[in-house]
Amino acid sequence: MVLNWKLGGTLLGLVFFLAVLLVKPIGVSTQFVILDGVIWNAGDSTVVSQADDGAYTSTNAYLAKSGGKYAKSVANPLNYSFVFVIAMMLGGFLSAMARGGLSREEKKMPALWRASFGPSIGTRFLATFAGGFIVLYGARLAGGCTSGHMMSGMMQTSLSGYIFAAGAFLAAVPTAMFLYRQEA
Amino acid sequence: MSSILLALIIGAAFGAVLDRIGASNPNYIGKMLNLTNLHLMKTILLAIGTGSVLMFAGQMAGLVDVGHMSVKSAYLGVFVGGVLLGIGWALAGYCPGTGLVAAATGRRDALAFLAGGLLGAAAYMATYPAVKDTGLLDAIAGGKVTLGSVPGAEYEGVTTLPGDILGIALGLAFIVVAFLLPERIAGEPDPVAAE
Repeated sequence: MVLNWKLGGTLLGLVFFLAVLLVKPIGVSTQFVILDGVIWNAGDSTVVSQADDGAYTSTNAYLAKSGGKYAKSVANPLNYSFVFVIAMMLGGFLSAMARGGLSREEKKMPALWRASFGPSIGTRFLATFAGGFIVLYGARLAGGCTSGHMMSGMMQTSLSGYIFAAGAFLAAVPTAMFLYRQEA
Repeated sequence: MSSILLALIIGAAFGAVLDRIGASNPNYIGKMLNLTNLHLMKTILLAIGTGSVLMFAGQMAGLVDVGHMSVKSAYLGVFVGGVLLGIGWALAGYCPGTGLVAAATGRRDALAFLAGGLLGAAAYMATYPAVKDTGLLDAIAGGKVTLGSVPGAEYEGVTTLPGDILGIALGLAFIVVAFLLPERIAGEPDPVAAE
């Protein structure tokens, strides 16, 4: 059972407030790029390089953009934003354990998916793999995701946050209404 | 190292709250998006409103550093990317942050989401120059702008309205909408929510 929205919303709002009070607004999707960069750079150490003046750059135009800030994070993954997402996973894990964990069935796939598409794990994994691809490509194109654009962005009255939320919900609601017709 | 400690504390709190409100549970995401259970939508709206009111009120009281704001640029790709994310979000039931948390809570289908996500991010890294050439990334409406003009902020306002007061007003509006929004819009009444 989930927290009542009044308590849950207040807690979530407090977390977003604490982040901007103490450090900076929350964002997540950039770290997928950083991890890609770390993996790529581990296989080919010429991907990210540091000039004599200390500035980082990359052979990849995306990692090199904005003065090489992504290249710098790839070279130094023990930074605030990267540790933040690892801590998110730790917090989620501990929270789920503390409430007794998920059922075996839910760990395989959500009941709502099963109700409309049956118990095939292959189908579900294909859907989440494809979903992950589209979500992260879209998030990087947009320059942020649900956390950075929608939550942090709209909280700061960013115009871009509103544009992002409009695009996301205009696409997500019809897609979900089309996909999930069986109640679960 | 203190920034690493803050990352651990705030990150863990964020992950735990996402788990407890059901945001990392695709059942709640799917039911929110097909409009049959808007409980999570109410949670999210209240959170944005609460965060906004606290941040802007804190700025006005001099307790919150305006320099901590980080406003992203507006460009056409923000909308197009939002549409893509929306489709994948509905299909998988995960977004980047909740996918990570879901995998940590034991959801194995979320691991496939993360694998797809890493590949999608890599595909963007590879196609970035071509995307840039289309003009989709060119700033519109001033780029990094807020709806009002926030005193002391490095960002321009779309309007000359006082950005901090507007932020509080919009924050309160989000909270009011959270209260007014019905639990369900589409389909038959559903008394029991699945976990």
